[in-house]
Amino acid sequence: MNTQTKTDLPHKAAIEVAGVNKWYGAFQVLKGIDLTVNKGERIVICGPSGSGKSTLIRCMNRLEVHQEGSIIVNGIELTNQLKRIDRVRSDVGMVFQHFNLFPHLTVLENCTVAQRWVRKLPKKQATEIAMKYLERVHIPEKADKYPGQLSGGQQQRVAIARALCMNPSIMLFDEPTSALDPEMVKEVLDTMISLAADGMTMVCVTHEMNFAREVASEVVFMDGGQIIERNKPDILFSAPTHERTRRFLGKLLH
Amino acid sequence: MFQLDLFLHAIFSAPLFKGALLTIGLSVCVMAVSLVLGMGLGSMAGSPRPAVRWLVTLYVWLFRGAPALLVLLFVWNGLPQISEIFRAGWFTPFVAAFLALSLIQIAYLAEILRSAFAAVGPGQREGAAALGMHRWQIFLVITMPQALRIAVPALMNEFISLLKTTSLATVISLKELMTVSQFAIATSFRFLEWYGAALVYYLVIVSVLTLAQNRIEHVLSRGYR
Repeated sequence: MNTQTKTDLPHKAAIEVAGVNKWYGAFQVLKGIDLTVNKGERIVICGPSGSGKSTLIRCMNRLEVHQEGSIIVNGIELTNQLKRIDRVRSDVGMVFQHFNLFPHLTVLENCTVAQRWVRKLPKKQATEIAMKYLERVHIPEKADKYPGQLSGGQQQRVAIARALCMNPSIMLFDEPTSALDPEMVKEVLDTMISLAADGMTMVCVTHEMNFAREVASEVVFMDGGQIIERNKPDILFSAPTHERTRRFLGKLLH
Repeated sequence: MFQLDLFLHAIFSAPLFKGALLTIGLSVCVMAVSLVLGMGLGSMAGSPRPAVRWLVTLYVWLFRGAPALLVLLFVWNGLPQISEIFRAGWFTPFVAAFLALSLIQIAYLAEILRSAFAAVGPGQREGAAALGMHRWQIFLVITMPQALRIAVPALMNEFISLLKTTSLATVISLKELMTVSQFAIATSFRFLEWYGAALVYYLVIVSVLTLAQNRIEHVLSRGYR
């Protein structure tokens, strides 16, 4: 095992983003982002659409590639080395706005496929782990259904279970409730709140300010590719220091 | 007039049966190889490298443009002129037909599979990548099964079309269904009965394929009903 790529030392920071710049062609989408997420912290990133918040979270498991700066996840720097990236990804769960469940596989298979191919676990063990997490998100009875037969809220809970099956140390949520009907938002948020209560390190891009108030250790406000301010939720919501934050929150709360 | 007993005799005659087996065998071989290589070519069409995409485009342009008859004759008569290797005993009409039809079929299947892969969408790849799956695992377990489901009707069309195109190999004296029928007619002058018998074979084979298509579509569309 390469000692350069693996650190067994207790690393306080789960994710360290330092001086990250990213461009789409000529358009700079991330401008000098510095952000440290410590183990056990729950960071909520909010901001207007186009502010770069989704891009930032997608850089954290290298679904997007940053051009400048460094991103270190659990002590492993994200570079072009595919082996490293796959290792980071198998330890960082991600939940997407549009679920991205595999429609040709059953709910159970969605939860076992990566365990079997990436973790090389035998079928029986993978199934046991999958059922454990499907119970945790309260839908073990849907194990043999296909994603297309489930409601949006149920699909998103399966997506959370699928990520948890890999026993990740960090969970990334990219607008997990934005594609859901209003009545299904709560069941997904409840699942996320229970994860937070268990001490999971979480980074969430979301507009759910009540969720942020309840579980976030800190809220990060982004605009125009920059982090404008970062603070504890009660302080950021009641007394934002920047005009742009105030305007954004004003629009969101009214 | 049409003689029923001769028609029945033709259907159950050994040469025609063997000819049909050869037709099926050639079609299956061509289709199998073309599926694998067409899939490779089809996924290369989405390559970030322009040179690779350009090569795929060139190949598809060439072999979709060339008539099957021309390619058959080129391979059978032209290749031996190019190299000693193709004058040896292994270069039978079957091998030549297999080579020529594969070259064409790969081009057609690459186009079908290219669009099928594009239709699967980036979210599926990202969902799998976020779980730490390698690129080839994602291709094998996530993208390919979904692309195949989309492509099955078009692929089956191509298979049926291929099955009938094999009859062109009669010009390089491959003893497939049509060649055998022509032989029989040359000695008996019974056109109706032998053509009729050959038609029955083609229709039976295509019917079986159509049933197989329904079955495959049914299996692959689990989860989409």
